[in-house]
Amino acid sequence: MAETQIKPLTLNFGPQHPAAHGVLRLVLEMDGEVIERADPHIGLLHRGTEKLIEYKTYLQALPYFDRLDYVAPMNQEHAFALAVEKLLGIEVPPRSQYIRVLYSEIGRILNHLLNITTFAIDVGAMTPLLWGFEQREKLMEFYERASGARLHAAYFRPGGVHQDLPAGLLEDIGEFCETFPQVVDDFETLLTDNRIFRQRTVDVGAISAEDAYDWGFTGPCLRASGVPWDLRRAQPYECYEDLDFLIPVGKNGDCFDRYLVRIEEMRQSVKIMQQCIEKMPGGPVYVQNTKITPPKRGEMKRSMEALIHHFKLYTEGYHVPAGETYTGVEAPKGEFAVYLVSDGTNQPYKCKIRAPSFAFLAALDFLCRGHMLADSVAVIGSLDVVFGEIDR
Amino acid sequence: MNQALIDLGEHISAALPEAVQASDIAYDELMLRVSPGDLIKTLTFLRDDQNCQFKLLADLTAVDFPDRDERFDVVYNLLSLKHNQRIRVKVATDEETPVPSVSAVFSSAIWLEREAWDMYGIFFSDHPDLRRLLTDYGFEGHPLRKDFPLTGYVEVRYDEDQKRVVYEPVHLTQEFRSFDFLSPWEGMLQLPGDEKATDKAGDKAGDEAEAAEEGEA
Repeated sequence: MAETQIKPLTLNFGPQHPAAHGVLRLVLEMDGEVIERADPHIGLLHRGTEKLIEYKTYLQALPYFDRLDYVAPMNQEHAFALAVEKLLGIEVPPRSQYIRVLYSEIGRILNHLLNITTFAIDVGAMTPLLWGFEQREKLMEFYERASGARLHAAYFRPGGVHQDLPAGLLEDIGEFCETFPQVVDDFETLLTDNRIFRQRTVDVGAISAEDAYDWGFTGPCLRASGVPWDLRRAQPYECYEDLDFLIPVGKNGDCFDRYLVRIEEMRQSVKIMQQCIEKMPGGPVYVQNTKITPPKRGEMKRSMEALIHHFKLYTEGYHVPAGETYTGVEAPKGEFAVYLVSDGTNQPYKCKIRAPSFAFLAALDFLCRGHMLADSVAVIGSLDVVFGEIDR
Repeated sequence: MNQALIDLGEHISAALPEAVQASDIAYDELMLRVSPGDLIKTLTFLRDDQNCQFKLLADLTAVDFPDRDERFDVVYNLLSLKHNQRIRVKVATDEETPVPSVSAVFSSAIWLEREAWDMYGIFFSDHPDLRRLLTDYGFEGHPLRKDFPLTGYVEVRYDEDQKRVVYEPVHLTQEFRSFDFLSPWEGMLQLPGDEKATDKAGDKAGDEAEAAEEGEA
C-alpha cells in the first residue's frame, strides 16, 4: 500500500458536545486519530462566585455553594459551613453532625450515580442512565423533604442544619438503603464484565500515584491509583470517627479502576447512612447561640429579644473573627476545600474555592496525550468533571 | 496534632533559616512566609524532605490587600499524605514584580497560576503557558482585585442587526446597593464621655464595655 501523508488536524470538541459533560471546549491537536495535545478552554460557566461571596454576608454566601457542583450540592455547603464554624470557634451539636453526614453520603451516591451512568452512556451503554436516574430521583426527594429543594438546598448552615428532619423521613431513607445495594449489583451486571465497557476503559487514561500527586488529584481518582487517602478517615470531621466504613482502593489508576472505586464507594455510603440512621441522636440541630443561629418563629411572636436577633441576623448577619483557614471535606469528587479569609466584618474578605475536578481537568492533556480521540471521551467521563465547580 | 505542627515548623525553619521569614500557627494550621526568591527552594524542600513530603499542591490563590505596598499575598496550600499535615506558604508581591512559577515543582500549579494571573494579574515568571483561564476571550482587567467593581465594566448581548454578540458598557437599571454595617451604632465602642470615667468609677463602665464587646462577637 502506498504511504499517505496525514496532515495534523486541529479539532474543536464542544462546548455543546454531549460527551463534554457540560460546557467544556476542548481544542485537540490530532495526528490522524491520535491526540497530540489537548487544550481545554474553560470558563464558559464562570459566574464570579468568589467575587460575589466577597459582597455577601456569610449566610448569603452559602447558597452559592449549591451552585458549584450541582450534582451533590450539600457536600459543598459542608466545606463552607465547617470553615466558618472553625473561625467562629463553635462546634455543632451531635444530631446535626449525624444529619450532615447522612446527607453528605446521599450526596455522594447522587454524584456517583450521575457520573457512572453518564460515563457509561459516553462509552455506549444506554440502560444504566435510565436506571440510575430513577434512584437519583428518590434521593433528591429526600433532599426535598429535609430542605424543601431538590437541588439548591441551602441546608447545611454555619452552626448546624437549617431544620430538623420531618417525621418518617429516616424510616424512608432506611428503606432506600435496604433496596439500593441491589441496584448497584444490577449496574455491575451491566457494566463490570461487559466486554465493550472493558475495552473502552481498561488501561485507558492510566495515571500512576506519583503523577496523581503531581497533578493534585484527590478523591476517587487518587484512590484508583492505589493511594488509600480519604479525608473522612485521615482528618475526620463531624462524626466520621464513630462510623465504620471501608475505603476502596484501585490498582492501575485507569478509567476502569476509577469506575470500580465509585461503585464500591456507593456501597460504603449506604453502610454509613444505615449507621447514621441507627445512631441518630436526639437534641437540637443547631448551636444554641442566638448570635449565630436564628430564633424559632414561635419565639419571635413573644420575645422582643428574639425579634431583634432575627432582624440582626438576616440583615447584618454575624461578624466572624479575623483569621484565615483552609478547610476541606471529602466531597464525592475529591477534596473540596474553602480558603476563607475573614477581616472581622460580616462579609468574607476572600473565599477561594478549591474544586477537585479543576485539578482533574488540568491533567487532561497529560492523560489524553497519545490516546485515540474516542478515548478522550472515556477519560473525561471517568474523571468526573462538573463545570459548575471548575468555572465557579 | 498541635505539637506535631510546632515541631514541623521548627524543622523547616532550622533547615531553611534564610528562607523562612515568619511562621505562625492559627486554628491548627501552619503558615510560612517566604520571599519570592526563596519560593522554589522552599517548595522543593517541602516536597522532597523526609519529614515534610508535601507532595500535593492542593490550592494556589492570592489575596488582595490594596492598602499595602506589596498588595498581593500569593498563597500555596500544600498537603502531605504521608504525614497527614497541611501547610500554607505565603509570598508577597505587587502588580509588577513577577513571582517565580512553581509549575516545574508541581504540575497542578500550571492551571492554578493561570487562574491567579487571570483573576489578580499576578505575573508568574517562567510559566510555560500563562494565558487567561476563566474569563472571556479578550477580557480586560483582573476581576478579583478589590478595585474591580462587582458589576464589571462591560456586558454582552446578542445584536439582532449585526447578528453577533456585542460588548457594551455596563448599564444598571438600578444602582448597585451596598449596605454599611460598620455604622457608628455598632462601631463606636468608646462613647463620648467615656473618657471622663475615672479608674475608681471605671469598674462598672468597664464591665459594660466588655458586655458590649461580647455582644459584638
